[in-house]
Amino acid sequence: MNPNDKIKKATTHISQNEGLIFEKSSPGKRAYKLPPLDVPEIDPAELLGEHAREDLGEMPEVSEIEIIRHYTRISTWNYAVDHGMYPLGSCTMKYNARVNEYVARLMGLAEAHPYQPERISQGALRILKMLSEQLIEITGMDAITLQPAAGAHGEFTGILMVRAYLESKGNPRKKILIPDSAHGTNPATAAMSGYAVENIKSNSRGMVDIASLEAQVNEDVAALMLTNPNTLGVFDQEIHKIADVLHAKGALMYMDGANMNALVGKVRPGDFGADVMHLNLHKTFSTPHGGGGPGSGPVACKKILEPFLPAPIVIQKPDGTLGFDYNRPKSIGRVRMFYGNFGMHVRALAYIMANGPDGLRQTTEDAVLNANYIRKKLEGYYDLPYTTPTMHEVVFSDRKQTQKGIKTGDIAKRLIDYGFHPYTVSFPLVVHGALMIEPTESESKEELDLFIDAMKAIAEEAEQNPELIAEAPFNTRISRLDETTAARKPVLRWRPQTEAVAK
Amino acid sequence: MRYLPKSQSDREVMLREIGAKSIDDLFAAIPAEYRLDRDLNIPRQYAESEIVEFFRERAANSAQGFATFLGAGAYSHYRPVVIESLVSRGEFFTAYTPYQPEIAQGTLQSIFEFQSMICELTGMDVANASMYDGSTGAAEALMMAARITGRSKCAVANTVHPEYREVITTYSRYQGMPITTFGYAKNGRIDLDTLDMALDEETAGVLIQSPNFFGTIEDVAALADIVHSKGALLIVSIAEAVSLGIVKPPAEADIVSMEAQSFGVPLGFGGPYCGVIATKEKFVRQMPGRLVGEARDKQGRRGFVLTLSTREQHIRREKATSNICTNQGLMALMCGIFMSVYGREGMKELAKHNLAKAHYAAEQFKKAGATVLFEGAPRFNEFVIQTKTDPYAINDKLLQEKIIGGFPLRKFYPELSNAALWCCTETTSKASIDAAAKEVAL
Repeated sequence: MNPNDKIKKATTHISQNEGLIFEKSSPGKRAYKLPPLDVPEIDPAELLGEHAREDLGEMPEVSEIEIIRHYTRISTWNYAVDHGMYPLGSCTMKYNARVNEYVARLMGLAEAHPYQPERISQGALRILKMLSEQLIEITGMDAITLQPAAGAHGEFTGILMVRAYLESKGNPRKKILIPDSAHGTNPATAAMSGYAVENIKSNSRGMVDIASLEAQVNEDVAALMLTNPNTLGVFDQEIHKIADVLHAKGALMYMDGANMNALVGKVRPGDFGADVMHLNLHKTFSTPHGGGGPGSGPVACKKILEPFLPAPIVIQKPDGTLGFDYNRPKSIGRVRMFYGNFGMHVRALAYIMANGPDGLRQTTEDAVLNANYIRKKLEGYYDLPYTTPTMHEVVFSDRKQTQKGIKTGDIAKRLIDYGFHPYTVSFPLVVHGALMIEPTESESKEELDLFIDAMKAIAEEAEQNPELIAEAPFNTRISRLDETTAARKPVLRWRPQTEAVAK
Repeated sequence: MRYLPKSQSDREVMLREIGAKSIDDLFAAIPAEYRLDRDLNIPRQYAESEIVEFFRERAANSAQGFATFLGAGAYSHYRPVVIESLVSRGEFFTAYTPYQPEIAQGTLQSIFEFQSMICELTGMDVANASMYDGSTGAAEALMMAARITGRSKCAVANTVHPEYREVITTYSRYQGMPITTFGYAKNGRIDLDTLDMALDEETAGVLIQSPNFFGTIEDVAALADIVHSKGALLIVSIAEAVSLGIVKPPAEADIVSMEAQSFGVPLGFGGPYCGVIATKEKFVRQMPGRLVGEARDKQGRRGFVLTLSTREQHIRREKATSNICTNQGLMALMCGIFMSVYGREGMKELAKHNLAKAHYAAEQFKKAGATVLFEGAPRFNEFVIQTKTDPYAINDKLLQEKIIGGFPLRKFYPELSNAALWCCTETTSKASIDAAAKEVAL
């Protein structure tokens, strides 16, 4: 049997080989030309003395065409949303609209200096103000900061605000409760904010168990960090009871908004009891992931937490112009220089404008529809550990396939041969051998059907030909890399003698 | 909605297959009393042409066509066109974190090259895949020093960017990491007496910036001796990365925390930028953030992977070196391309142009009657002048000539009244320097 027989979405093709940029370097090649210097020449040795640098060591010397080819060639080794479905659960790989990229690059926005006078920054300030107002409406909260640079950074900001608020009431308290299904950033954030972490168990439906929550919440608990829907794609139906249990003991509810794309336009966290939450603009609001960043993690909060927001915030001044307000004595301070990842704010606002209220709601509905469609079609082929209703993502396990020695990581690698980026592997931790699938709204029925066919074909291969899957992928430029040796003897930079040593 | 690839009949077919009567069935888990039974109160759907129009108006209402003398942590350098051309490839900007190396070698290799070039420029052994920015990177570097030394206190020069220091204050507050500050001397460099007083046997890390916030280049080697004699680590923050083309790298430091925005990242009203931490090999396991390393496949082919991830939050949770998850991947790519364009010779030449312009400007301002402060030590492309007139008033006048003047220092350094920090880069024209010189004379 040809192992490629059932692969419909992809065909292998020629891709260019390419070494490291350093390996193309030779003295005298160049890709730049500076204009003539219009001021007198200087002698660096005279101005800098012993601090003058003579040589830049092994920095490359290459021409422009080589740079274009170098990066173009290696770019073709990447899988991207532009290629197709990227069902990484929890990461929300949705379409990145091109108009967002276009407007973010407009001069005046892209070239604005953060310290230029406010009166010649009104356009940029207006964007910050509008995005703030719209995110407040979308979340049902009262106030917001756009300063945090990413989701985890937003968590840190939000928990510091919780701490500052509790301190103002006389007692910062000692610990943060975190469900076992949470992202790793949650406990790491609590630790950075000076709190102990206490885990809470999910019940058999994948939700917070109210009885055990009640037993755990006391005057030492500062907050619960809750992702809703959680990483199982399950909406905590007793969300308001959870909020009530916390509030009754003076604790707050922090909502991790990583999965806000399941809720926009349908329900607002501010309405169901969240006190403070972050949003991931690079998930819900379509700003591109860029191969690992930049993110952007605005934090929205209720009135009681507003005084503690990082400074500055954008305000309308008495003369009607916009400006920054730095005079916020109760603020937790700055979490980042300047005003956050403004370029992402521009893109997120453009995304919201392109959608409008009806588009945002339809987007949420399509994301949930897609996840449920996949669940329905793959049920029976893969084990579904939680049968609770699915929102925007569905989590299967590899329980059936492990009987043949095939694990979630192997299925993922084989999926690559089928032309898809894998789902999220082995997360959340509450599901052993998890396959966490999040299609997002950006997939057509045709693309979903191809994915479903691929997953079914792999399930069949796992039965009949497990050795094949254990060795996948076959159709990529490189096969599985030896990550153990890479970590044991790390090579973290290029050095000119590397080749010689290897020989 | 034009981003959604489904017809109404697709949706109906899918609902039928699922066994749902309507889409509402799929949202039944949300208690009815919390469901939003109205439209969000946000503007209606805009056409693409309207979106472009809207942002063009906002852009027109932000400074355009001004010559600028602002630096202070964000630098206006020319961005070679190939940068936008390459980072606009969907293969780069619409990819995720390279968790599946077989189909992410483009991102991984570009980060490996970025790490290598940062090492080369800073004189460090290893660099990470980037941090959010220079301010948070500096805070994380101090936390790293505390982990390495097992000590708790840190000392920070008050010539480190004031907003970096504010971020450090926020980060350190609940980590049991008290921060002391030390001052600057007449020549703008660190005052060694106050440094000495700030250090004791419990000091984990000392953070300085070079060129510092006044543009002055610190004597890193001498400072390293003092700091090391107390068993503490020296962390050097670099806000103006282009300086590395012509200023000796801080090789004596233990950790370098950089803001690489100058390497081809747009000013963008303050972000996204590109922090990066570099250090000595022996400290790598205490480093925060993602790292890319070389690996081989079964056939012996070279590839790259995310490595040493046991430091990170997704494995270690509350015991991780940091809660940081994302890096600034696309910005690191811009920096890598920028560094490739200028390369070994160009980075030097570029830095030299910066030095020449700033030197010329300082001389012209002096001739015009302004006082250049901190004359006793070398500078790169920023310098401080003191004027008879309030710098805000000078800047108001310059704005009428479409020139954005220097950054008034009073806000952060009340003792430096009527002083402002001016920056010249290769993009600053002699004509605008001469025009500015006329105003600072008054």
